[in-house]
Amino acid sequence: MSYFSRRKFLGKTGALLSAMVAAGFITSSAMAADYPTAEVNTTGMAVTDDTVTVGILHSLTGTMAISETGAQEAEKLAIKQINESGGILGRQIEIIQEDGASDWPTFAEKSRKLLVNDNVAAVFGCWTSASRKAALPVFEKENGLLYYPTFYEGLEQSKNVIYTGQEATQQILAGLDWVAKEKGAKTFYLIGSDYIWPRTSMKIARIHIEKVLGGKVVGEEYKPLGDTQFGSVINKIRLRKPDVIFAAVVGGSNVAWFKQLNAAGITSKNQTLLTLSVTEDEVLGIGGENLEGFYSVMKYFQSQDNPNNVAFVKAFKEMHGEDSVIGDVTQAAYLGPWLWKAAVEKAGSFDVDKVVAASEEDDIELTTAPEGYVKLHPNHHLWSKTRIGQWNKDGQATVVYESDLIEPNPFPEGYQ
Amino acid sequence: MGEFSIQELTSILAMQGFAGISLFSVLLLMALGLAIIFGQMGVINMAHGEFMAMGAYTTYLLSVVTQTYFPEFMNYYFLVAIVASFLVAGLFGYITEFVLIRHLYKRPLDTLLATWGLSLIMQQSFRSIFGAREVSPTLPDWLMGSWMPTDTIFIPINGMFVLGLTIVVTLGVYILMFRSTWGLNVRATTQNRVMSGAVGINTKQVDRLTFALGCGIAGIAGAAFTTIASTGPTSGSLYIVDTFMVVVFGGAASLFGTIASAFTIAQAQSILEFFISGSMAKVFTLLALVIILMMRPEGLFSIKVRK
Repeated sequence: MSYFSRRKFLGKTGALLSAMVAAGFITSSAMAADYPTAEVNTTGMAVTDDTVTVGILHSLTGTMAISETGAQEAEKLAIKQINESGGILGRQIEIIQEDGASDWPTFAEKSRKLLVNDNVAAVFGCWTSASRKAALPVFEKENGLLYYPTFYEGLEQSKNVIYTGQEATQQILAGLDWVAKEKGAKTFYLIGSDYIWPRTSMKIARIHIEKVLGGKVVGEEYKPLGDTQFGSVINKIRLRKPDVIFAAVVGGSNVAWFKQLNAAGITSKNQTLLTLSVTEDEVLGIGGENLEGFYSVMKYFQSQDNPNNVAFVKAFKEMHGEDSVIGDVTQAAYLGPWLWKAAVEKAGSFDVDKVVAASEEDDIELTTAPEGYVKLHPNHHLWSKTRIGQWNKDGQATVVYESDLIEPNPFPEGYQ
Repeated sequence: MGEFSIQELTSILAMQGFAGISLFSVLLLMALGLAIIFGQMGVINMAHGEFMAMGAYTTYLLSVVTQTYFPEFMNYYFLVAIVASFLVAGLFGYITEFVLIRHLYKRPLDTLLATWGLSLIMQQSFRSIFGAREVSPTLPDWLMGSWMPTDTIFIPINGMFVLGLTIVVTLGVYILMFRSTWGLNVRATTQNRVMSGAVGINTKQVDRLTFALGCGIAGIAGAAFTTIASTGPTSGSLYIVDTFMVVVFGGAASLFGTIASAFTIAQAQSILEFFISGSMAKVFTLLALVIILMMRPEGLFSIKVRK
């Protein structure tokens, strides 16, 4: 499914663009003629004299469609904007979109289809760690390139993946440091859904709390995915009286968890709660009134007040509707196509090996990122700032803290 | 735990007790509709969860409509929504029985496959109509918050509401099944279909209404659950396992068995969860269930029926 077909592009902006070229308005640097197809594409990818094809691979159906919708919308927005500004190496980007259907083997199968049958130059996609782990062997075998947008547990670094979300230490350590310093927190109650990301995150959190902050973990709890009964857990929390509840509950459970906390009289008035798993997207389901005053630690909040973000939010709403909200992952997904563009232009080639080599040179940066400034680290993750947002009733967060740029460290020593 | 006063511990004990009862009412409400369909008709309805989701979406729709057009009725719409959910899900169940289920009574395993297919169709329809994101209806104020009999005891109002609703629905089902002529017909049909037909009971009509009733009660359950969790296209599939667990454990054809089974599972789950972690509590509950079912394959209570 090609969202911006070549025909549509030619019809709308092509004529204008060629007129501008003829008049000499656009400098030669972006012209396809300077980059013959035979030179920029030596590995038989879907690159022609005036187009390059990429893949988008997210779940459009199934459980994860809720979360992945925003990510693929952001990727399409970025690609549209790149096309409008002249494309990459003078070529317009065309999209082939596939549906991962919230099913991990399907992600692997569709990755193979995109890389082997469609020969796409890059893929923007995956959301859960499980889907990434399923697709990873395919990308490594076929030497593809994946831009992965979600904040995740770390402990991974593949030549064939660029991680545009935060790895666990960037998000967790900054958040815990803040809550220990600002709230004087000593005792922590850890609660998450029962799968790899919360468990790895809580492992890192526990080590940091006990070894670095000198605090105490008074409870650690995992609930099955989809569980909606938190009565017993809430009573346990009441019994242990933690200074901070540190939460990573996901999906439908998240809604039940916050609703029941509120009904049980645990609110921001009497309890500090910091969560790793609530973005603006989740608030839609949970309801701002159930979250009011609680904190999220993320690298991006929609309410961030900088010119990049104001323009981004405006463009996103124009394309996808006034009611749409933008969460952390959506913003990270938006960075993918721009980072790819920067690396391709630097390499002067679409070849995966050359693009990866260009990405690893420690000088690819985006000053136009909605979150502010990001820089690509040779370990394929991004330098980024971590922010604490306090939720308001209207479903938006007020940023109450912003860290310095944090170096990504997917294999943190002493935290494994 | 020396730093806790007696009062605090008593409060937590009280709230923990309510957590167990609250889980019990949720499980029972989910299982009632299925107990009627599976227990009385022997139809394995894999789409039961989707009928719940249908009730939940009906509630959501009504909440949006009320908020947009009749904001002054926001305090009462929820009661209307429960009735509407029952009617919508029941009507859809009635149609489903007519179109699909009645052709499969002699092939019970095929109903499993057919209703599973139906559940997938319904999930995708929800997704197309309401979108993939989860939705929550705006709840009236009187359903929010908690009741505080003392300073330290918080009893969630939505939990009490679900409990009350469960009691009403259970009583209603009991009266309908055991104190009405129609219930007599249903039970007669279950026990001996041919004989019932011979004495003049319209067994086809009985089947259709029984199925519709089961689906309608699922709709009520769906409406009630919007007070606890959000609703997405696949929400129903989250409930179906627990629901079957309760019905099978209780003994398929017994209303009392379903109640006892929901109570046992809920208390085991919630007490275990207080002492060990959530996932392990589930493991132990399921293990105990498996062992009991190995010893009593027909479930806790079963009615002896001459086959």
